[in-house]
Amino acid sequence: MLAKRIIPCLDVTNGRVVKGVNFVELKDAGDPVEIARRYNEAGADELTFLDITASSDNRDLILHIIEAVASEVFIPLTVGGGVREVGDVQRLLNAGADKVSINTSAVVNPQLVKDASDRYGSQCIVVAIDSKRVGDHWEVFTHGGRKATGLDAIEWAKKMESLGAGELLLTSMDRDGTKSGFDLELTRAISDAVDIPIIASGGVGNLQHLVDGVREGHADAVLAASIFHFGEYGIDEAKKYMKQHGIEVRL
Amino acid sequence: MKADIAVIDYGMGNLRSVSKAIEHVAPAASVVVTSDPGVIAEAGRVVFPGQGAAPDCMREIDARGLRQVIIDAAHSKPFLGICMGMQVLFEHSEEGDTACLGILPGTVQRFPHEAMVDATGDKLKVPHMGWNNVHQAMPHPLWVGIEEGARFYFVHSYFVQPTSPEVIAGFSHYPFPFTCAVATGNIFAVQFHPEKSQNDGLTLLGNFVTWNPGASETACDMSGAACA
Repeated sequence: MLAKRIIPCLDVTNGRVVKGVNFVELKDAGDPVEIARRYNEAGADELTFLDITASSDNRDLILHIIEAVASEVFIPLTVGGGVREVGDVQRLLNAGADKVSINTSAVVNPQLVKDASDRYGSQCIVVAIDSKRVGDHWEVFTHGGRKATGLDAIEWAKKMESLGAGELLLTSMDRDGTKSGFDLELTRAISDAVDIPIIASGGVGNLQHLVDGVREGHADAVLAASIFHFGEYGIDEAKKYMKQHGIEVRL
Repeated sequence: MKADIAVIDYGMGNLRSVSKAIEHVAPAASVVVTSDPGVIAEAGRVVFPGQGAAPDCMREIDARGLRQVIIDAAHSKPFLGICMGMQVLFEHSEEGDTACLGILPGTVQRFPHEAMVDATGDKLKVPHMGWNNVHQAMPHPLWVGIEEGARFYFVHSYFVQPTSPEVIAGFSHYPFPFTCAVATGNIFAVQFHPEKSQNDGLTLLGNFVTWNPGASETACDMSGAACA
């Protein structure tokens, strides 16, 4: 049976993982390659790297990181952040990324999603949707949640599927950083509206939240950062907990 | 210099993961990613990966003049098809109504929308993406060291339906059983991605780089070659 996936997310800036990662016996808490290796050993099903480098000068650093990680970690790698054109997708794939996540640029230029999926296949195009509840619906936000787009998140998800997205990474901006759990209503509404897999993100504070994301939110995969980074919970511990609650996982 | 292992590059998707994983399990081997028919013809072993859509895949194979060298390799040397590189070995794909290489009898079909519900009635997504159990349908040198039911990483919307059940080397469930590995002679082909399936995937690739199909009992029996 297909397993639900657990995906740790690493925010990278200027070639270093930020927000800190707190593994026991980790020599260098900011080295993305070492952290990726540790998550791989712990049983992560995939890894997501989010390049939040502000300056374009240091953009190539992410390519070197992905190259290094891909040489020794043989699980799917997704990279997002600053992807603006098909050439960016190509560079990341050539460096060893398996999937590229497109966020703001999908809103600015939806054709990019179509062009990139036509060129490289839907399987490697993830569209990241940052959403916030506004009135009686959920709206898509860009630029890290700062800019409203007026787009309805459910309609947007369907449009991205029709343009060739192979997967959606859905982040609730209302819940991100709150540790109060995923926005289950939003996750379920989007997961039920499309046929492609949904990765739930934003708000995980404990292991029950992961279970709820799958059970109540109908998510196909769950993404979390801080609960894993700070050693509150291990990946293996999270998987065992999910299994105890009847969720199929890769152990 | 002749390559030990040629990874066929026909412009379909990212081959770096495949070549990296093979280099990892066979550090002493020369691994080349190539679209040169001459290099492929000379190589000791061939890996035929691929992502994307079947019509594009067949078009790119022909645009590079690779059809015959792929067919020849599949008949003559250890040959590993991965994902789209498995699907196009068959005769026809429903994806874009595409005539494929016809090396193996059978067809390629999409996961039918109406069948995609699990035992509890929940919708199953397509593409089939993630880690699923692979059940071994026959003993094979490429399965050595891999547990029955081990999980491999999949991402696909179409699956193969071989005409001859005897080539089925492995199957998975989503939600019905579908063929995810086939083996015949010197061909082994898988729907999942061994290069992304962590330790079990590396074990399979390691088995491939040392596999000697001619040494198997079946091959001996068929060819009548000296097996002593």
